[in-house]
Amino acid sequence: MKVIKEAIAGTLESSDVLVKVAPTEKGTREVVLRSEVIKQFGEQIKQVVTDALDKLSVSAGSIVIEDKGALDCVIRARVQAAVLRGCSSEELDWRRLS
Amino acid sequence: MKLRRSMLFVPGDNAAMLSTSFVYKPDSIMFDLEDAVSPREKDSARLLVFQALQHAAYRDVETVVRVNSLDSEFGLKDLEVAVRGGADVVRLPKTENAQAIGELEAHVVRIERACGRPVGVTKIMAAIESASGVVNAVSIAIASPRMIAIALAGFDYLVDMRTKRSNGWQPELFYARAAVLHAARAARIDAFDVVYGNISDDAGFLREVKIAKRLGFNGKSLIHPKQVELLHKAYAPTEEEVSHARRVIAAAEDAHRKGLGVVSLDGKMIDPPVIEEAEMALQLAEAS
Amino acid sequence: MKNDVMTTAIERLATQDSSLPKLQPFAGANAETPYLAAAGTKLHRKLCGSLEEAIRRSGLKDGMTISFHHAFREGDKVVNKVVNTLARLGFKNLTLASSSLLNCHDPLVEHIKSDVITQIYTSGMRGRLAEAVSNGLMKKPVQIHSHGGRVHLLQTGELKIDVAFLGVSCCDEFGNANGSRGKLNCGSLGYAKVDAEYARQVVLLTEELVGFPNYPASISQDRVDLVVKLDQVGDPSLISVGAARVTNNPRELLIARHAADVIEHSGYFNDGFSIQTGSGAAATAATRFLEQRMNCKGIKASFALGGITGGIADLHSRGLIKAIVDVQSFDNDAAASLRTSSAHIEISANEYANPTSKAAYVDRVNVVILSALEVDLDFNVNVITGSDGVMRGASGGHCDVAAAADLTIVVAPLVRSRIPTVVRHVTTLLTPGESVGVLVTDHGIAVNPKRPEIEQRLRDARLPVMTVEELYRKAVALTGEPEPLEFTDRIVGIVRYRDGSVIDVVRQVKN
Repeated sequence: MKVIKEAIAGTLESSDVLVKVAPTEKGTREVVLRSEVIKQFGEQIKQVVTDALDKLSVSAGSIVIEDKGALDCVIRARVQAAVLRGCSSEELDWRRLS
Repeated sequence: MKLRRSMLFVPGDNAAMLSTSFVYKPDSIMFDLEDAVSPREKDSARLLVFQALQHAAYRDVETVVRVNSLDSEFGLKDLEVAVRGGADVVRLPKTENAQAIGELEAHVVRIERACGRPVGVTKIMAAIESASGVVNAVSIAIASPRMIAIALAGFDYLVDMRTKRSNGWQPELFYARAAVLHAARAARIDAFDVVYGNISDDAGFLREVKIAKRLGFNGKSLIHPKQVELLHKAYAPTEEEVSHARRVIAAAEDAHRKGLGVVSLDGKMIDPPVIEEAEMALQLAEAS
Repeated sequence: MKNDVMTTAIERLATQDSSLPKLQPFAGANAETPYLAAAGTKLHRKLCGSLEEAIRRSGLKDGMTISFHHAFREGDKVVNKVVNTLARLGFKNLTLASSSLLNCHDPLVEHIKSDVITQIYTSGMRGRLAEAVSNGLMKKPVQIHSHGGRVHLLQTGELKIDVAFLGVSCCDEFGNANGSRGKLNCGSLGYAKVDAEYARQVVLLTEELVGFPNYPASISQDRVDLVVKLDQVGDPSLISVGAARVTNNPRELLIARHAADVIEHSGYFNDGFSIQTGSGAAATAATRFLEQRMNCKGIKASFALGGITGGIADLHSRGLIKAIVDVQSFDNDAAASLRTSSAHIEISANEYANPTSKAAYVDRVNVVILSALEVDLDFNVNVITGSDGVMRGASGGHCDVAAAADLTIVVAPLVRSRIPTVVRHVTTLLTPGESVGVLVTDHGIAVNPKRPEIEQRLRDARLPVMTVEELYRKAVALTGEPEPLEFTDRIVGIVRYRDGSVIDVVRQVKN
């Protein structure tokens, strides 16, 4: 899957995360992570984001994460929502979402 | 018997609430994809609820998903999330008749098969929110073996009836409450009373709880976590009731041990329904 | 002349008894009190026309120690006004000793950078200042003391205040002052009373100069050197905000209810019990739940101690708490109660919590509810640093009352956003686990194994009791195991226990 348009999911409220996706010129996948809890949980969050993107086979797009201390399940859902919006994907493959 | 006193509503797109609502220990948690979620956030809320349903924190509580009406563009997608996510119960809003439940059940079966969940594992409950729904309550309650409860929803119903909610004993809701409750009892399923919307008025909430309890509702739908504890307290049996129930159970066990067909306490015969009531009282006492 | 006669007599006395002190002959009725000679100086001698004049007359020099109190909380204008003025006058190398520092004191960062302030004693710091200090702003580490411990440091002489600048809501020209009257009323001046006692020079700053004699005199004229009237000493709208808020948050309410359950069944909930509740949201809300239970069981408290909230004042006004013993009034309602009730008494921090005071009120507290940023598996408590290692809290009276009370209840949500509150080891140790009896979270209650009798009572009452390890596992199941923080070797803060000993240090965070 490729991100073909800009899209946002989530909020900047506490315990939530805002995910912005956009197409990239080089056709690569670039993830930027900012988090209030980066010192304690940066690696875990990166892992969750990468895993969610891999499962959706996202090969190209810029993914910017602004985390306000969200739990993993929230991060996964918001990344999925932003990507599906950015890819204009209507059909869901549920096995890729769990 | 599964206790269903409190069904706590959790907005499907509220990350903070989804991350904490289980700490309030309601009997059931209802993730709402309908009224609490704006149309452009439905997709994101769906994914959030799908994740929450699979989270270990919700393993010990009955999970319910309120889907949008199946006539809407959202309903079937919501249902996919509920069934595939493993929700215990699907709550159908604005149920007008038994056909709506039949249609819902057919889709649930299809999705259960598609995702490999055992057919029949997903239960259904109906919210009744209109005059015709109230009139059809009996057929709705028996529309499917999956039905576990019906809930009365007051706001739309009262608009439909061209009246408003009052304080006091609420005559405007009396018929609907009685009809829904009779339907539920006849079908041997549970019944939930209306939501109380003014979250800063604990006294008003408790007034409604008293009516619902008196009539015989299992409990209420709740929109604020702090109402859980208030409701459970109000539904708890008194110490006197508990000690009486203990004596009834002891007498029943004693009679059983001695192989007696008849249970008696203080020289009076005790019928089976009294024993059943005593068991329920002890269960309520244990849970509150 | 008589004077000569006395000189001769004194010389004679010295030969007669060499152990006598050096005596002076009488030199006139006002030899030591020349200001009494003229009406102007007699009555108005302490009044200064400006802050600059007060600073000059106080004799403040580079390298000395200045002190402040924090009863105006986020509404305080005294610290910034005084330090700005000192900076403008060219002062350097001052030690700033404030009973606490809050977000409103962020401007101190600039004065630390320019070496006006080179050392700090405080019970806590927040905001940009705390962030900067945690990142190594100061050469000398900040000294963090408790409210009781501060008085101890003054008693031992480690902390010597040269000039105390004390904001008061009203005073007369002789310096009889209080905090409970006037439009800038903050209630008790419990911390200022100590500084007035120990400082070499005491300067009062007020917006309202009232007629003599002003009463009640929380700070009395015999401790005051100078009085300055300023246009603004504080912002009344910000005095009762900050930590002392009343919550509507369901999670705080849940914790508060659990805390009230614990008190009810702890064995200490008897007629005449005494209580302290701190200023945290859940602690404050717990008083609301206690009220029902006190009414239900017909129990009244003998006194409530500490920082006082409107909730406590309310129970007092309804006769459920006989007396309030107030070192700091957290909100307007508490201040109003201090003004109107004769059983609401104002005490100094020395009377409140100093371990080497001849008697501290904390010694007689049955039950206290305290907040925490972190609690570890040994029940040690951190209220100083966030779990990112940056300072963001205050020691306050935490370790003072925890050490003395019969039962210390620590309340906290198990997880704040993604930050677990129950951890393996606290980032900074403030109150040792041996002082903590019960930990109450939204996920359950843990009792220190040192208090098996309490655990049994709570289990008998069917409260959700579990081990602290179980709470830890619950937290980590939600958040994941946090990665350990990285610090440099450099020490930026010294945590002083109430007796002055060093219980922990805060290291500079690595970025």
